[in-house]
Amino acid sequence: MDQLIKVEKTVTINKSAEELYHFWRNFENLPRFMKHLKSVKVYDDKHSHWIIRRLLDGSAEWDAEIVEDRENELIAWNAVSGGDIDNSGFVRFRPAPGERGTEVKFVTEYKPPGGAIGSLIAKLFGEEPQQEIKEDLRRFKMLMEAGEIATIEGQPKGKS
Amino acid sequence: MNILPVALIQTQKRLLHQSEIATLTELSLLTASDPALIHTGGKIMKAVSWQGAKHVEVETVPDPKIMNPRDAVVKITTTAICGSDLHLYNGYIPTMERGDILGHEFIGEVVELGSGVKNIQIGDRVIVPFPIACGNCFFCKHQLWSLCDDSNPNAWMAEKIMGYSPSGIFGYSHMLGGYAGGQAQYARVPFADVGLFKIPDGLKDEQVIFLTDIFPTGYMAADNCNIQPGDTVAVWGCGPVGQFTIRSAYLLGATRVIAIDRIPERLQLAKEGKAEILNYEEVDIGEALKEMTGGRGPDACIDAVGMEAHGLGLDEFYDQAKQAVRLETDRPHVLRQAIVACRKGGTVSIPGVYAGFVDKIPMGAAMNKALTFRMGQTHVHRYIKTLLEHIQNGDIDPSFVITHRLSLEQAPLGYEMFSQRKNNCIKVVLKP
Repeated sequence: MDQLIKVEKTVTINKSAEELYHFWRNFENLPRFMKHLKSVKVYDDKHSHWIIRRLLDGSAEWDAEIVEDRENELIAWNAVSGGDIDNSGFVRFRPAPGERGTEVKFVTEYKPPGGAIGSLIAKLFGEEPQQEIKEDLRRFKMLMEAGEIATIEGQPKGKS
Repeated sequence: MNILPVALIQTQKRLLHQSEIATLTELSLLTASDPALIHTGGKIMKAVSWQGAKHVEVETVPDPKIMNPRDAVVKITTTAICGSDLHLYNGYIPTMERGDILGHEFIGEVVELGSGVKNIQIGDRVIVPFPIACGNCFFCKHQLWSLCDDSNPNAWMAEKIMGYSPSGIFGYSHMLGGYAGGQAQYARVPFADVGLFKIPDGLKDEQVIFLTDIFPTGYMAADNCNIQPGDTVAVWGCGPVGQFTIRSAYLLGATRVIAIDRIPERLQLAKEGKAEILNYEEVDIGEALKEMTGGRGPDACIDAVGMEAHGLGLDEFYDQAKQAVRLETDRPHVLRQAIVACRKGGTVSIPGVYAGFVDKIPMGAAMNKALTFRMGQTHVHRYIKTLLEHIQNGDIDPSFVITHRLSLEQAPLGYEMFSQRKNNCIKVVLKP
């Protein structure tokens, strides 16, 4: 169970690369649209601490370090060794043609650890990690364009 | 039939959204019949819920509340049953769930506002367009409001069938957002700062209620035909949308409008809108249209019927049989006829709703005659200002289409009458 899982998805957002980059660059914003992310605590310009939700009580967590940072273009980070999950990711912002906003490509790689926690992680990222990441990016787009994330959770409903 | 989108979506839904469904189910147990809710001060309202094919009920449910900063809550003063609600009623639209609150034609008074809405006041009388649109995405910025990228929380479902998702729509299946609709006493309106239009003083509810959907829908159908002086426009279907299409075609400069239906009172109303009328049970439509247009054919043909068309002849039996066993989701009888009847280089405009797949479309005729196809859910926000001016100028009083005024409690009767075309029913409005 030490295969590397890689997921990549792209979305076009009707905002400038500058605006999107700066929102993402503050990793403490990420839990606002990444469903499984419980919190991110930024320590300094390069280092942060990430906690993801687990199905049961408790959580999986790791420290991350920014390894590449090109303003308005790209942010790349790696988990520092010793965390619960070995993972890395980058996000790239590229202007879309003809005033169509910015193409945002998000790539993440992770190695689910073996044993009990491994199966939990597999479940956490779902049987369809592609779809999960796609939904995270969709929420990012909604938050950036509309200022809020569309929802129907908690609205009235008749008997089912 | 695991190739059908319905089955596909339902399977996906179980895989991905089990937790959300559980939450909704728990919530739905908190109806007014639950005394705990009343004791804790929760407010309740009446609403029309979908309970399965040909079964709607008026229920007591919790009031809607503000859920996002750009939301408003509207106290509904007039609402209506749309012809497209009949596709839900008859069970042809996938991803409906029992308990879904119906209705996408409603107007009312603002009673609550989210912190992000600055251009609307509590107490304003407002029109609510049926598509839900953010106003900021590429599509909204290009006036393609019904294609908004950011209003459908279930976009992934629509993407399974359509590749990309249109906007959310009030009360029109989970694939299109699953939003609670407006056949109710109150409704929550997302993106209220761009999704509410103030009603000018002096205009009554019944003059403006149809700006939510069917008047702009008829108008866009005609607008899509790029009508030129001298043009003849043929309109299939003299239901409420057809009636507004006829009048809109004249507003946009058509020389002649020919209306096609079989129901006498609908043809009569079309005639009052200055259309020439054809009853498809009495004449061969293709031949009649050819003869009436000097052998050229109508410059534009509009399908204001959609997926549940009726016809005569072999293809009608074919579609009825296939739709009954779900081998075909939609019955495109009108669309086929419109394509064949249209003049060379003409336009086929489709305001009628299609949901899935159709068979035996005469693509050869469309291609070889170089037809232009225009269609889509209506970009209501684009047209409200223009159409309000027409109403205020006295060019049209949209209330002409109303045949029945019922209370919200009588909604089940309204659905039945409208669906069966009983009591000369053309359009039902409900007073909550």
